[in-house]
Amino acid sequence: MSVPRYWREEKYRYRLIGSRCSKCGEIFFPRRLVCSKCRSRQLRDYKLSEKGRIVSWTIIRNPPKEYEKYAPYAVGLIELDDGLKIISQLVDLEPEEIKTGMRVEATFRKIREEGSSGIIEYGYKFRPVIE
Amino acid sequence: MKTNSTVGILGYGAYVPMNRLKGSEICRIWGGYESPIEEKAVANMDEDAVTISVECAKYALKRANINPEEIGAVYVGTESKPYAVKPCGSIVAEAIGATPKVTAADYEFACKAGTEAFQTCIGLVSSGMVKYAMAIGADTAQGRPADALEYTVACGGAAFIFGLKSNSTIAYLEGSYSFVTDTPDFWRRGLEMYPRHGNRFTGDPAYFYHIIGAAKGLMGELGYNPSDFTYAVFHQPNVKFPIKVARTLGFTMDALKPGLVVPLVGNTYAGSTPLGLASTLDFANPGDRILVVSYGSGAGSDAFSFVVQDAITRDRDLDPPVSRFINRKRYIDYSTYVKIRGKIIR
Repeated sequence: MSVPRYWREEKYRYRLIGSRCSKCGEIFFPRRLVCSKCRSRQLRDYKLSEKGRIVSWTIIRNPPKEYEKYAPYAVGLIELDDGLKIISQLVDLEPEEIKTGMRVEATFRKIREEGSSGIIEYGYKFRPVIE
Repeated sequence: MKTNSTVGILGYGAYVPMNRLKGSEICRIWGGYESPIEEKAVANMDEDAVTISVECAKYALKRANINPEEIGAVYVGTESKPYAVKPCGSIVAEAIGATPKVTAADYEFACKAGTEAFQTCIGLVSSGMVKYAMAIGADTAQGRPADALEYTVACGGAAFIFGLKSNSTIAYLEGSYSFVTDTPDFWRRGLEMYPRHGNRFTGDPAYFYHIIGAAKGLMGELGYNPSDFTYAVFHQPNVKFPIKVARTLGFTMDALKPGLVVPLVGNTYAGSTPLGLASTLDFANPGDRILVVSYGSGAGSDAFSFVVQDAITRDRDLDPPVSRFINRKRYIDYSTYVKIRGKIIR
């Protein structure tokens, strides 16, 4: 990802901010400028719930470049408490511990590094809820 | 040092990564016969001082229940900056939604960088320059393989939000005292991966001289004795040092125990004293007085006297207590440790 693109999206990735259509109420993440449901352009920033449950998951054993050191790692489809489904890495749990329906929450982590001299890209991953 | 207007803590949050490396595992690899602590917390590959700071900051915000846009200062004390040039403070401020009307920076003063951030935040709030200020101490501390430090250097931190004393503050500050000299007991030169230290020189002329100097200085200015404090938190590089300083000053083990997290977490450097204070606040009741004294190599100590207020009992279960993070753990072996801490060059 280019530095300008990372910068443009960091607020939304850091804080899990999507967009909500003021006309039909549809929620999007990543955010959109036009509602794909009613074609309205009246979309506002919408803070997503940081908690949800695992709907489905898989283990990545052959990762893309720059993710090799994390392999094997889990990626889950998560249904947030406000109903939106997002895909995220799952952390702080072993593959055998992951269960469909498990409660998870967003955690701020390093996502990718551009080598040892490039920028560090931060964002959200999900972990079991700490209560 | 006393403030013009009384300043208090509105919220605090702690975070300790999940991985644990047992001291016995380090002994197994390097032939040590006794570890100074039982186990230490180790950050995962996708964690660093910034991610730890953000975790703490979010918990502190939740407890303080304030609008992050009203936070006028975000300072991160750490010696594990992921960037040599680019502040952790600005990333944390962006992540919690405090940007753009905010002052943000990083502090470095070895293990007392976090409490150095306390001093600045307290001054900014007291002067009226900002409404709320956030100070964080967080580290992913470095230790050379087989060095004595490798047994204790650990990862974790805590964040505190300061504001003027009110019914919403959970503890207010009575006074602080900083005690600093040029003492080269521990250092890390630029571009060096690991610090060097003066072995036993880190004891009497460094840790004990400064901690005792700051503690006695503050108690002298406030007219207090150790018996006036319910709890005491001293920087905890190992188990032995804070216990020895407590006994030397005349504090009981009961006063020290709630904040003594080092046996199961390790020395989280700039996070150490803030984490000890967070753990103590988890146990404290209204009216309790807490003495907090940090120590940073190079060298100096910051001492603070806080009095716990009624709001401490409000929403106590809103955030996980420090003990929850201490008990949330996954043991790793030494080979996993060197991999995730980047000690293997591929």
